[in-house]
Amino acid sequence: MNIMHAPGELVVGMRASARPVVTMREVSKVFSNGTLALSDMSLDVKNGEFLSLLGPSGCGKSTALRIIAGLGVASSGTIDWPSSRINSKGLPQGDISFVFQEPTLMPWQTVFGNVYLPFRLRHLPKRQARDQIMETLAMVGLEDFAEAYPRELSGGMKMRVSIARALVTKPKLLLMDEPFAALDEITRQKLNDDVLRLWRQTGVTVIFVTHSVYESAYLSSRIVVMKARPGQVFAEVPLERADMRDGYYRTSEEYRATCERVSRTLQEAIASAEPVS
Amino acid sequence: MSGGVRMTIAGGNIPSRQADAPAPARASTSQKLLRVSVPLLMLFLALLAWDLYVRLNDVPPYILPGPLTVADALLNDWGTLWPALFVTTKITFMALALALLGGVGLAVFLVQSRWVELAFYPFAVILQVTPIVAVAPLILIYAPTTQVALLICAFLVAFFPILSNMVQGLKSVDHHLLNLFDLYGASRWQTLLYLKLPAAQPYFMTGLRIGGGLALIAAVVAEFAAGSAGANSGLAFRLLEAQYRLNIPRLFAALILLSLLGVAIFALTSFIAWLSLRRWHESSVRREN
Ligand SMILES: Nc1ncnc2c1ncn2[C@@H]1O[C@H](COP(=O)(O)OP(=O)(O)OP(=O)(O)O)[C@@H](O)[C@H]1O
Ligand SMILES: [Mg+2]
Repeated sequence: MNIMHAPGELVVGMRASARPVVTMREVSKVFSNGTLALSDMSLDVKNGEFLSLLGPSGCGKSTALRIIAGLGVASSGTIDWPSSRINSKGLPQGDISFVFQEPTLMPWQTVFGNVYLPFRLRHLPKRQARDQIMETLAMVGLEDFAEAYPRELSGGMKMRVSIARALVTKPKLLLMDEPFAALDEITRQKLNDDVLRLWRQTGVTVIFVTHSVYESAYLSSRIVVMKARPGQVFAEVPLERADMRDGYYRTSEEYRATCERVSRTLQEAIASAEPVS
Repeated sequence: MSGGVRMTIAGGNIPSRQADAPAPARASTSQKLLRVSVPLLMLFLALLAWDLYVRLNDVPPYILPGPLTVADALLNDWGTLWPALFVTTKITFMALALALLGGVGLAVFLVQSRWVELAFYPFAVILQVTPIVAVAPLILIYAPTTQVALLICAFLVAFFPILSNMVQGLKSVDHHLLNLFDLYGASRWQTLLYLKLPAAQPYFMTGLRIGGGLALIAAVVAEFAAGSAGANSGLAFRLLEAQYRLNIPRLFAALILLSLLGVAIFALTSFIAWLSLRRWHESSVRREN
């Protein structure tokens, strides 16, 4: 298994597990208007990996992510959770978190109230949740802003709140759909570093949807390149040393070469989808 | 690392908050004073103009009484006007309270399913577009007492803006947030309580403000239509009565009480809206760039 990116001691045991967190088998999705968004997509997500879904716009990345999260149903094919207990809806309740492209915060709640939401829905009293919430807010550097309202925060800070809300329940699987696409380059790099750090600290498995070759090459332990019309997996690019990435890595020859390789694969994926034009 | 992060992202925020703090405070004291004094001054000038017009043209009080004559009538007739004011206020607020309960309740019910909404929609539209004055005689026949009839009329009029705003609000919830609630396995009840109702608050407040104003109007119009006298009559009846008797100062006094009541309702509903929205909604927060 991918023990190459040796994680912190906390998570070694978890990552040694050979069973995938989630497997997609020949999943297709046809929308009611006839759009074939996914066609026979198969994917194994290994425990503890940082997987990026990279592909051109409209290739079905969001659709795939939403199906995994149980927010949409597949038209055919199966989704399986080999290492989780699943509930009546076929979902491992409480094990999945989602970070949307927009922060998706409740404007009438404070930062604390927003991060408290997953616990509140589980009927956990505020008193008992407080420590964990404050701890998570500290992890994303927002412990001083617990009582602030979302409108008082910058775009990057709102995204941090969204990440904190996703992590506060200690999920097994974190799904992120272009979470930083709307942010400026500096904030995005900062948040990329944060996400990597949180991934190492918590041992969470991440599926990260992005348009950006550079972002995926920086973050991932594996990149899955998708192609459009119909949406399916085009190629996989396993990467090494996902635990060594930092500011230096950004300027390294290795990173440049990786970007080039991923970029070329993406070009091929785009070309394969439009043979006519 | 997280400390450094905070510096970059929030660093611009904290010092500016502190640096700005004293300046707006100073500016706002004089601004507040102006905000109160300018409207008061204008009101006073209008009264003065009214008084001067009446005095200079020797207008008889049965055509247009001066402000002092009206004030006189207000004091002298307080014995009849006060109970009437009380009755109108009571009907208006009871109607508004019922309309709030009914409007919010029905809105919650309507948005449960598209079929329910589809089934009840025609009734809502028919009741809403029918002029209430036209229904009032019928209600007067059916209702056990005039008071109840007035209450029903005021309720019907105040009910629809609250209902339609509330339906709109409950349906305008950010769908990403709905997805999020789904993802966390929130029950229908939790989604309503923690997401839909709070998100609909601004819409509710709009409905409340419109409904409050309309409840008063309907209470008055319905009493005009009822036209019956009695110990329990409201301001509208006193107004008509003064007209028959050509007691124009008293008519003005009743009119002033009505508009004061309207202003009070407007102020109250605006204050409630401000209270609940001031921390987070764009309509109520002070803009600071
Ligand atoms: N609700 C929907 N109804 C109909 N078609 C849809 C719906 N959602 C997505 N699609 C279609 O499915 C395809 C895949 O959409 P999806 O949003 O998954 O793409 P994506 O890879 O996430 O794109 P982007 O990178 O732009 O976000 C697109 O062709 C889109 O038009
Ligand atoms: Mg998308």
